Amino acid sequence: MPPFLYIFLGALAIVSALGVIVQRNPIHSLLALIATLMTVAVLFIGEDAVVVGFLQIIVYAGAIMVLFLFVIWLLNLQVETGPTGHLALKLFGSLTAALLATELFFILAPPHLQVKFTHEPVGYGSLASLAGKLFTDYLVAFEVTSVLLLAAVVGSVALARRLPGTDDPRAARKTAS
Amino acid sequence: MTIELIAGAIKAILMILAGLSLSLFLLYFERKGSALIQDRIGSNRATVTGLGKRMGMPNLGIINTTIADPIKMFTKEDFVPAGADKFLHTLAPFLSLFPVMITFVVIPFGDTISISGHRIDLEAANLNAGALYLLATIGLGVYGTAFAGWSSNNRWALLGGIRATAQMISYELAMGLAIVSVIMTFGTLNLQEIVRGQGGVWFGFLPRWAIFTQPLAFILLLVAGAAETKRIPFDLPESESELIQGFFIEYSGGKQAVFMLTDFAEQALVAMLLTTFFLGGWQIPWLMRDGFHLPGGAFLALPALAVSLMGVVAFLFKVVALCMFLGMVRWTMPRFRYDQLMRLGWKGLVPLGLFNVLVTAFVVVATGRVQ
Repeated sequence: MPPFLYIFLGALAIVSALGVIVQRNPIHSLLALIATLMTVAVLFIGEDAVVVGFLQIIVYAGAIMVLFLFVIWLLNLQVETGPTGHLALKLFGSLTAALLATELFFILAPPHLQVKFTHEPVGYGSLASLAGKLFTDYLVAFEVTSVLLLAAVVGSVALARRLPGTDDPRAARKTAS
Repeated sequence: MTIELIAGAIKAILMILAGLSLSLFLLYFERKGSALIQDRIGSNRATVTGLGKRMGMPNLGIINTTIADPIKMFTKEDFVPAGADKFLHTLAPFLSLFPVMITFVVIPFGDTISISGHRIDLEAANLNAGALYLLATIGLGVYGTAFAGWSSNNRWALLGGIRATAQMISYELAMGLAIVSVIMTFGTLNLQEIVRGQGGVWFGFLPRWAIFTQPLAFILLLVAGAAETKRIPFDLPESESELIQGFFIEYSGGKQAVFMLTDFAEQALVAMLLTTFFLGGWQIPWLMRDGFHLPGGAFLALPALAVSLMGVVAFLFKVVALCMFLGMVRWTMPRFRYDQLMRLGWKGLVPLGLFNVLVTAFVVVATGRVQ
């Protein structure tokens, strides 16, 4: 990836990430978040991590953001007019943000950050190499994660399911009479 | 390097133009084909000179649909309703058209040809992860409809948008599972390789098309693809009788035309996907690189360039035939109810897709085609 493209995409990602927190309208924030995720995906693809880039678009930009959209619709979030909350909360937030910024500065400042350029092996970032790692070195972690996700799916279905008789209009009438 | 770049740009433009022309053809088919199916005459008014009518020729309505309709739409007032989010309202049509248009570039429409020493792959972007690219771009199509529904400040539009979003998300899963089983069959994500893998014959006569090895996946992709295009019998998001026109009720003029164009382009895209994954793409039965090898043992030699060009024509033929099939489905079937739609998606297609992937995995392992 040519450096100017890298810088351009990086700047675009930062600007759209800023858009997420600057926008007042939650839907506009969501659009900015989608733009951020897409730009990061393009950065991944440009750095030869093609599969990770496309998976980022499929999973995050294509599916999880739709979930966010539904949550915004269901909660009927409106345009925010200004910062809300306690003064103490605001103070605490600013303090945490300042701390995080300082930490980031110390980590990313030149003495600590050493840029090393390495050449990737042939086939780096391809589906074959990714799948090879997932199904050999990290097989147990991968399978345990899938079981965990399955448990989460079953759990959420069990929670959302109406218990027999509790919400049935006929049952309610019976108890009333 | 520059030749490849220029060739790539030309191919990409050609592919997008092919999508647009197919959309125009589908608009024509929508008007006159539906009339034919329903025993009507269909659009037959506009003529340029009236010459054909004086000579006693029937008006085929070509000018109506290809010239008069688009001009009418793009010269109408472009209306933004009060209280609408103007930015998103304007952005939404293009957000829904863009992902479809950029998906066309990974569809292989022909074999490699060599022109004056340069080998040119007849696929605008030969990506190694082509199938993933497809799934990624198709998944982005949902935002156009969702934002159109939300930004219009209209209850019916919002309902249509929510319906469209839920429907597309649900059927994307079945679509992905159908594509996964094809990927497993051919062991590659590269669409050109998948099409190459469908060359040759079984038992001396049957083309190695994936529709014969993955018939279930073909049906899954056909149904899920029809649902992704949001057309009858899956047009719940825009059902006229309940939602008037659903998510694009508040659009007029050019933006409305862009939504219609998206519909037709999506239909063309689904036809292209079905052709690429299941009907052998540009492969013609019994046609090898050197000519026809007919089942009886007969052989007809052909020059290489002619074979490649015939492949492109065959691809277009298959796509147009599938487009017409999808159009016929549209004019024959009644609309689903929303609960039927969700039941079909989650309880019908997704388990079938998972089952198909499982069976495919067993067969792939049993036949020892794992690297």
